[in-house]
Amino acid sequence: MSLGGAMEGQSVEELLAKAERDEAEKLQRITVHKELELEFDLGNLLASDRNPPTGLRRAGATPEAELQALARDNTQLLINQLWQLPTERVEEALVARLPEPTTRLPREKPVPRPRPLTRWQQFARLKGIRPKKKTNLVWDEVSGQWRRRWGYQRARDDTKEWLIEVPGGADPLEDQFAKRIQAKKERVAKNELNRLRNLARAHKMQVPSSAGMHPTGHQSKEELGRAMQVAKVSTASVGRFQERLPKEKNPRGSGKKRKFQPLFGDFAAEKKSQLELLRVMNSKKPQLDVTRATNKQMREEDQEEAAKRRKMSQKSKRKGGRQGPGGKRKGAPPSQGGKRNRALGGRMNSGPPPLGSKRKGGQHQGGKRRR
Amino acid sequence: MRPLTEEETRVMFEKIAKYIGENLQLLVDRPDGAYCFRLHNDRVYYVSEKILKLAANISGDKLVSLGTCFGKFTKTHKFRLHITALDYLAPYAKYKVWIKPGAEQSFLYGNHVLKSGLGRITENTCQYQGVVVYSMADVPLKHPPRRSWLPEESTETVRR
Repeated sequence: MSLGGAMEGQSVEELLAKAERDEAEKLQRITVHKELELEFDLGNLLASDRNPPTGLRRAGATPEAELQALARDNTQLLINQLWQLPTERVEEALVARLPEPTTRLPREKPVPRPRPLTRWQQFARLKGIRPKKKTNLVWDEVSGQWRRRWGYQRARDDTKEWLIEVPGGADPLEDQFAKRIQAKKERVAKNELNRLRNLARAHKMQVPSSAGMHPTGHQSKEELGRAMQVAKVSTASVGRFQERLPKEKNPRGSGKKRKFQPLFGDFAAEKKSQLELLRVMNSKKPQLDVTRATNKQMREEDQEEAAKRRKMSQKSKRKGGRQGPGGKRKGAPPSQGGKRNRALGGRMNSGPPPLGSKRKGGQHQGGKRRR
Repeated sequence: MRPLTEEETRVMFEKIAKYIGENLQLLVDRPDGAYCFRLHNDRVYYVSEKILKLAANISGDKLVSLGTCFGKFTKTHKFRLHITALDYLAPYAKYKVWIKPGAEQSFLYGNHVLKSGLGRITENTCQYQGVVVYSMADVPLKHPPRRSWLPEESTETVRR
């Protein structure tokens, strides 16, 4: 049984060794050695690695394996940091509470441009009026309580009075209450109009055109210009016979704006449309070109003549015989289908030759053209 | 910088087709990359997609040129082909004219080419066809100011 004991002991040792090896491996996987510590911004789940990328540089053309290893290591370190955060339990899930982010992210949208001053602000600036600090609540004698200065259930609301004395010079049959309510409505409307006008001035041209069309006496130069243009065009002849002042210039930008394709549109679509255009252009050209057909005919005849002359010159033993008009010619290849028609050299067509029509291997129009 | 409108493309293609004919579709549809035509300050540039994306980062008033300038549109919207397009048109030219070494210098300084200076000429060249002029070493030649390389006489009349 000593053998069995030895075997058992060995297996136990083996198991222990294996367990130790597993532990070491796990630790190795979890712990990452870096020369420079990473900088963590756990609020943004950000880890910045400032170690020099020597491994990547050594990798050369295909650094995929090195990149993956690097990513794994850095992510492991980040996760290690996350595990150190205080945790809490939210609905059966263990959740780490992230600290405030320390990295300041740049603006998403550009800085808002300064708005133009409203009419009141301009006036106040001009006069040097500073806003006076006022209390929010005022003592109201009538109701015997502190009421707000303005707004709902304010201290002195003249529309809420139950008794109004008819003023000295007024018509006794006039409804004073209605008059006060009407006055209030007018004030509200005027305030609203001014607010909208201030807004329109702040946004310049972004408000639709009827902003300048109601003459209020406080219009900007652009609004007046636009109103004038619209008035000019609003005649029966759409402004054709309206005279202009001696030094008045044409209005800028009164035409319709042209729309172009975007710069990087769909390249494939652009290519397709251009090829289509080319196809249409090529199809419009006549297949049979009269001049070219006649020239070809003439050329062939010249070749025949030259051949004949050569034979004759050989017979009469003339050295360096006349080359004929073939000096600069490359050998004309036998004509491919479409334009040639040898046999029609002597034939004339009776009817008017239909030019420009697509004819494949069609008839030869016109007769011989000789100089 | 913007792409060409239909009208402008048509005018330009008609002009270029006078020199290279159907081979124009090889310029439009290239196997080795997406190239396109863009208009900038009335000039038409032939530029690859990659360069175009880089050029888009430059503001319009500071951008001088991009890719290859093929030509420009005049005030009356006619298309005038420029010498800078020669490198792209020469390989696809349908009608070529080779001139003798003696006439080469004269041509480069802006004179016409006489019949005696003509080395070779492609078959079937009609009168007033657009051609590309080559030296005898098959180098496309660039003609100064007046860019009309139109043969005043066709191959046939030249032959006589």
